[in-house]
Amino acid sequence: MTEHTGRGGPARPVGIVLVSHSAEAAEAVVRLAAALAGGAAGVPLEPAGGLPDGGLGTSAERITEAARRADRGAGVAVLADLGSAVLTVRALLAEDAGGGLPPDTRLLDAPFLEGAVGAAVTAAAGGDLAAVTAAAEDAYRLRKR
Amino acid sequence: MERDRAQDGGAPAGAPRGAAGLDADFVVRWLTAAAAAVDREADRLTELDAAIGDADHGANMRRGFRAVTGTLAEDPPATPGAVLALAGRTLVSTVGGASGPLYGTLLRRTGGELGTEAPRVSSAEFAAALAAGVAAVGALGGSAPGDKTMLDALVPAAEALPESFDAARRAAVAGALATVPLRARRGRASLLGDRSIGHQDPGAASAALLVTALAETAAEAAGSPDD
Repeated sequence: MTEHTGRGGPARPVGIVLVSHSAEAAEAVVRLAAALAGGAAGVPLEPAGGLPDGGLGTSAERITEAARRADRGAGVAVLADLGSAVLTVRALLAEDAGGGLPPDTRLLDAPFLEGAVGAAVTAAAGGDLAAVTAAAEDAYRLRKR
Repeated sequence: MERDRAQDGGAPAGAPRGAAGLDADFVVRWLTAAAAAVDREADRLTELDAAIGDADHGANMRRGFRAVTGTLAEDPPATPGAVLALAGRTLVSTVGGASGPLYGTLLRRTGGELGTEAPRVSSAEFAAALAAGVAAVGALGGSAPGDKTMLDALVPAAEALPESFDAARRAAVAGALATVPLRARRGRASLLGDRSIGHQDPGAASAALLVTALAETAAEAAGSPDD
């Protein structure tokens, strides 16, 4: 666990980036995860959805920009929805210097919405990148029938 | 027939003549020819994608390869490896669909294998680098031949390339056509299950265009007088 400052949230929170084909989906899941994490005070939750022209798709530039905004020096957890969103993050991470992503950026193997909630709650509680990763990836165990 | 053109004893048939090997200009001409082919065939790629995907492959590939030719025209790097690395990065940032990171990885990894220093590489070195690039595409997508993806064209092409550029072209075209009876196991098409059968994979079709452009560029180089 990283240091925790109480009401204001962790001093150096893990950043969270949500990559979706749809700008609306990414923004809506950011709001939902923040709300379910009790406002996620101090946790940088950034959407990276859609293409710059407003269409559906994945923008590498939006991903790197969102990750830089979310970076507070404690690592950045990236959740992606499907196909090109996942592949683009993987391809950026495989590039030299992370393709412009901050150091300690990782792609989580987690369901998009449930994982985002788990990650936001854990980051708001001061969890480090490993704890945020574990919480998000644990969301696959949330059975619904 | 191509075999007759190889006069440097040892280079693959269909390879550019002479001991010069492949330089940055060769790769720029290849990618420019690939961009022209993608532009010409964009509607067909989109039609193929409409049958089993989300009908954006032609537009995505056109956007990506236009950006590649634009970038290369502005500031062309001096070595074949550097040209491929820049083109790959450009595809990752501009395509917007899964083909961006996949083709971007293909070119970046191929360029990485060649290194950024060597001003010329042999056909054999190029073939080995492309094989590594194709393997990286498989690793990125977790796919293998038979999954109805671009790998069904790229893997046989990379295997045939040590023989000749034209053999690679024939293998890529045959591999793309052979995706028609396959059931998709990757990407959105895999959600269709058996309904993906009977359609050519758009990624395999665009991969065949790229390899065809490579063979045509090599044939032009072989047919032109030595520098």
